[in-house]
Amino acid sequence: MNLKKYQDVIVKPLIDENPITLQILGICSALAVTNNLSVTMVMCVAVISVISFSNLFISLIRNYITSSIRIIVQMTIIASLVIVVDELLKAYDYETSKKLSVFVGLIITNCIVMGRAEAFAMKEKPLLSFLDGLGNGLGYSLILIAVATIRELFGAGTLFGYEILPLISNGGWYMGNNLLLLPPSSFIIIGLFIWLIRSLKSDQIEEDDFFVSKHSTSPDLSKREINV
Amino acid sequence: MFEHYLNIFITTVFIENIALSLFLGMCTFIAISKKIDAAFGLGIAVIVVCLITVPLNNLIYNYILREDALTWIGIEGTNLEFVELISYIGVIAASVQILEMFLDKYVPALYNALGQFLPLITVNCAILGASLFMVEKDLMFVESIVYGFGAGFGWALAIVVLAGIREKLKYSDIPDGLKGLGTTFIIVGLMSFGFMSFGGISL
Repeated sequence: MNLKKYQDVIVKPLIDENPITLQILGICSALAVTNNLSVTMVMCVAVISVISFSNLFISLIRNYITSSIRIIVQMTIIASLVIVVDELLKAYDYETSKKLSVFVGLIITNCIVMGRAEAFAMKEKPLLSFLDGLGNGLGYSLILIAVATIRELFGAGTLFGYEILPLISNGGWYMGNNLLLLPPSSFIIIGLFIWLIRSLKSDQIEEDDFFVSKHSTSPDLSKREINV
Repeated sequence: MFEHYLNIFITTVFIENIALSLFLGMCTFIAISKKIDAAFGLGIAVIVVCLITVPLNNLIYNYILREDALTWIGIEGTNLEFVELISYIGVIAASVQILEMFLDKYVPALYNALGQFLPLITVNCAILGASLFMVEKDLMFVESIVYGFGAGFGWALAIVVLAGIREKLKYSDIPDGLKGLGTTFIIVGLMSFGFMSFGGISL
């Protein structure tokens, strides 16, 4: 038993290899569902369970899947799992399921699930794949929950619907920032998160596409037109 | 009649833009928008696939899956809506595969231009999202053709605009941590605020 390996697949996707901020996976559903913490939590649980179990099942049958039809096989497994989650949600929490509308269905095309199935579960043992799914799901949830906390707390002054910062309109002192309640603000918050993470982990910074040369002391006047 | 279809088209392209108002297809939207050429190719591919799959899924929904839909072959009291997701994704995967083979055989020039983007499209949530919103809006067959085209067109428009902005930004002096992905997120956020201003238009 190599415990380090098991620990790595869970811990690494949290910050070091976060699916949203580094791998550019699963952004689609990350944005529309983050204005309310309790809805976000439900979405996170749904994604974590789909991604862990799809990794587990795909890994169990990985030796029997021919590579030419693997996408269809993976899709079928993922779609079935999403249908189970969708039906469960409709049965036990109809209100939230209405709020999430098509975004539960869109977990199928959430590239995190496909991406991990393709990159990890097709090669590794079932238990390890399951944990990898769990880790990536948690990494995804971490960003989503952070964004939702900021948006709900500073946008509406509440968390999980309970009042934390009393709004002026209710006789309190806090002026809610309505901008944060609009969906596009989650892009900007995620952008700033990426900045934060990359300032701490400088190895994640992207290379420039070109090289900027230093200022020369005597400008070459013959090349002046190029600068205009 | 024509006005009604035009309304659907304008609404889908601007007011409910699939990328910037509904945030679908974001992964490819952000990953493949470094160059205008690539963005344009992907945009065209999305238009074509949307135009095929949305009407197809509309037929499947209206004649097979919907409640009591099977009365036309004499079976009553059915409701197959729970297999909705799996049938749509099946249709999408199959049409992408068929389109790829068709282009490869008959229109090699287009295949070479679009070829590398087609497999990516199966897992693009814009396509599945368009089908799911089509069901939510309860569109008729012809309306769904217009909706499919509009959804694809809106997405293509958005990605080409983003690629244009990113090409211009290539030479700006950006803080290290924001290079690449970070700025792209912020640009998309600002673009999407811009598209929200279409929201007040009533047609």
